[in-house]
Amino acid sequence: MSDNHILTVDHLMMRFGGIVAVNDLSFAAERGKITALIGPNGAGKTTVFNCITGFYRPSGGAIRLTHDDGRTIQLERLNDFRIAKRAKVARTFQNIRLFPGMTALENLMVAQHNALMRASGLTFLGLIGVPSWRSAERAAIDLARAWLTRVGLLDRADDAAGNLPYGDQRRLEIARAMCTEPALLCLDEPAAGLNARESGALNELLLSIRADQGTSILLIEHDMSVVMEISDHVVVMDYGVKIAEGTPQAVRDDPKVIAAYLGADEEEAIAVMESAT
Amino acid sequence: MSVTPAATSHASQPSGAAFIFKKALISAVVALVLFSLMIGVRTEAGNQGGLIYWTRFGDLAAMVGVVFGGSIIVELLRQWWGPVGTIRVVPPQVQATMAFAGRWLATALLVFTFLVPVIFYDQRYILDLGILVLTYVMLGWGLNVVVGLAGLLDLGYVAFYAVGAYSYALLATYFDLSFWVCLPLAGILAAFWGVLLGFPVLRLRGDYLAIVTLAFGEIIRLVIINWQSLTGGPNGVSGIPRPTLFGIPLDNSDNGLAAKLGIEFSPTHRIVFLFYLILAMALLTNWVTIRLRRLPIGRAWEALREDEVACRALGINTTTTKLTAFATGAMFGGLAGAFFATRQGFISPESFTFQESALVLAIVVLGGMGSQLGVALAALAMIGGFELFRGFDQYRMLVFGMAMVFLMIWRPRGLIGHRAPTVFLERSQAISSDLVKEGHG
Amino acid sequence: MDYFAQQLINGLVLGSIYGLIAIGYTMVYGIVGMINFAHGDIFMIGGFIALITFLILVSLGLTAIPVILLIVLLVSMAITALYGWTIERIAYRPLRHSFRLAPMLSAIGMSFVLTNFSQVSQGARVKPVPPIITGGYTLHEGASGFAVQLSNIQIVVVITTVVLLAMFTWIVSRTRLGRDMRACEQDQTMASLLGVDVDRTISMTFVIGAALAAVAGMMYLLYYGLVDFFMGFVAGIKAFTAAVLGGIGSLPGAMLGGLSIGLIETMWSAYFSVEYKDVAAFSILIVVLIFMPTGLLGRPTVEKV
Repeated sequence: MSDNHILTVDHLMMRFGGIVAVNDLSFAAERGKITALIGPNGAGKTTVFNCITGFYRPSGGAIRLTHDDGRTIQLERLNDFRIAKRAKVARTFQNIRLFPGMTALENLMVAQHNALMRASGLTFLGLIGVPSWRSAERAAIDLARAWLTRVGLLDRADDAAGNLPYGDQRRLEIARAMCTEPALLCLDEPAAGLNARESGALNELLLSIRADQGTSILLIEHDMSVVMEISDHVVVMDYGVKIAEGTPQAVRDDPKVIAAYLGADEEEAIAVMESAT
Repeated sequence: MSVTPAATSHASQPSGAAFIFKKALISAVVALVLFSLMIGVRTEAGNQGGLIYWTRFGDLAAMVGVVFGGSIIVELLRQWWGPVGTIRVVPPQVQATMAFAGRWLATALLVFTFLVPVIFYDQRYILDLGILVLTYVMLGWGLNVVVGLAGLLDLGYVAFYAVGAYSYALLATYFDLSFWVCLPLAGILAAFWGVLLGFPVLRLRGDYLAIVTLAFGEIIRLVIINWQSLTGGPNGVSGIPRPTLFGIPLDNSDNGLAAKLGIEFSPTHRIVFLFYLILAMALLTNWVTIRLRRLPIGRAWEALREDEVACRALGINTTTTKLTAFATGAMFGGLAGAFFATRQGFISPESFTFQESALVLAIVVLGGMGSQLGVALAALAMIGGFELFRGFDQYRMLVFGMAMVFLMIWRPRGLIGHRAPTVFLERSQAISSDLVKEGHG
Repeated sequence: MDYFAQQLINGLVLGSIYGLIAIGYTMVYGIVGMINFAHGDIFMIGGFIALITFLILVSLGLTAIPVILLIVLLVSMAITALYGWTIERIAYRPLRHSFRLAPMLSAIGMSFVLTNFSQVSQGARVKPVPPIITGGYTLHEGASGFAVQLSNIQIVVVITTVVLLAMFTWIVSRTRLGRDMRACEQDQTMASLLGVDVDRTISMTFVIGAALAAVAGMMYLLYYGLVDFFMGFVAGIKAFTAAVLGGIGSLPGAMLGGLSIGLIETMWSAYFSVEYKDVAAFSILIVVLIFMPTGLLGRPTVEKV
């Protein structure tokens, strides 16, 4: 196995009752690169995401995450919160899941929960307010402030997340995921519902995350302009199986991909392919 | 009971006198049918064991008349106020002013509470009432951690109150341990039971959790009633030692506090001591809760209430987070229970019924979930209001129930309808309760 | 064996009563998504109204037991149904689109109102009635002299339950109202867009639930020969336990849960201890929920991420 792969999905299977949502899917995501998972609606992309991030337990196959230090974690054996905590995989959701009644800053503080729990001595040291906890809290606020600045939300730091406009919420969710300091960032349709300008800003944000943090990114996207512009590698799924894989250019010209989109919906396919050029 | 439909279409509401009259008439007819047998006929077990009955058509007519009149008044009020929907939307400025006033109100309330034993030194009744209110304030603040912050619906909170009370009562009477040793033990035991219950059930969601906690509350009560050899069953535990001022008893004996200070003994000393004791315990609860909210655990509780799935995606162990909330709430309940036992000197299962759980939950919800000041105000209003009806004992719960219905319709989100952020960069601004979620559990 | 058979009969009869109440909980929960805490007290009111109607009829000189029972049944169903309707109108409808806890608290308040209303209006003492339906059959006489009895009243309770359940199932599955109810359960907004009168459907849900609870109240009165103002609370919790045990929202589940709770309670009393029968029922609820978080027949909820 190549050392450069942060995530290796191996013969992944996911069944719901009699329905096979993901069938024998294998692909790898390279370290420090942006990998896109695309496909028509219902192709099983989000299911793959949910398997990777521990919300579903795969029916079969393996998902392997290799950290920078060579440590390998079998994600299919972890579940639930442990994937985010131990394997350092962060994710966002297709329909944004912020904490709407908490401020933007609080959202980012919650993201640093595990680090702060340690610093607060499992609450007890924090309760009596020891200095080391205070400095850890200040550091956490600084990290949050830095991310708010990067996503352009510093002036909305004290506003309730639920009050932010849609595009801001999308960026805040990414900032929140980044506050967990992940090795792999999984984004579920980050550009959905964004206008062209916001979508451009998102591209820049993702590219800068890749460049500055070196975080590997795995993203599901419908917006082909985003996919073509920023991804290094594209995996195309249809009906739960991989139908193509390669560079954005190669995938775009692949007849099987075009057929899949055409099969799904002719107009959508044409629009998708045109927007990609 | 008025039978007027409370939410009619807002768009085109007719408002003529004929309309009001017609509505009132319908209400009166409904009331007539409802009350015809329940009020119109009174049954009673007769002397020979059989049942006898007699009619009370006068009472029936009076009740129907009350409903008719009440219905007209309610309808007039509604037209005067406008549709129900518009009342609920409080403009942000008003909210902000209320938040500002709230800060002063809290301080004023605290100062006043400290002065209560000084002002009302001679009025035992008021001191007792104050102690009662403070006990419920503490219970409310304790349950607030579970319901208000973590968004877990606990309908059996009284179980932990009972565990605390019986822990103290039994430890003190069997092992002769002092109040100050038993108090933390009672808290720990209650927290232990909280974890014990919480561990299996906290993965249940929503109303399943509610019914399981309710069942747990009932189980604890039934076990207390039936385990007679340990708990004394329905007869309860009596002769529970009174608290001491760190070993110095507050009684008429030679080594009592009065004798040591060289002042004349008065039973009021103990009441005042109890008052400050529960005040200190309540304030401790408040301090710990406020503190916890600003710690990662407290933020995780609130995040859990807002979105559990997102919490898991951020690597938060939702099970232990819920457990800590449950245990913390249970601990405060247990501490309050120990206080209750030492104050009464006698406890029995009757004090730990579902009504108590409902009362505390009502205090938390009416207070505005998550708001410490709101809970205190709600406890004052509920317990104080309850006391007003002490003379009309049998109507007390009736009025209490009606008040609960009315208050929920009037303010479904409670008295204090906003949330204060736990951390801020520039300015702390209250978050409208419309955004705040109330959890699934 | 005979002893067991006798307990089985007793348990099933008690379970029928719980099941009738549980249906009201499960229906309301399915459509409005709230625990109608006042439903246990509706059951109690139903019992009282049956009692009063019975007394009046007897004092009017009516002697034909079947006629009396039919009239009592209809009157108590009708008036209790009106209670259900009124409560929904006053306490729940204004809160329908409100926060989840508000209607629950309102329901708890309503439960207190009903309990204490009947305490104030009818007094706190237990109201006994002489046995109305007497007689029965001895099914089997064992060697030890223990006889398995099936009393007429037990037969009446079971037959009434079965008939009402059949009617009720017919309403839900075959009538327009039933279709509207199922539509509202799936999606209220969509149902109203398609011309279903949501308000009316929800009202009818409460009416039907209350009517069934009234039947349960009457059966309780006949079976145990007494009513009191506080009986709604315990019966209500147990029936709700039954609804949850069967899988809340599921109508066959409510009946199944009711029968289970009735059997557990009876068997526990018979073989272990009477004092701990409620503890047993609640403990089994907790255990079942731990292993089957949506109850016996409940649909598993798939978490959408």
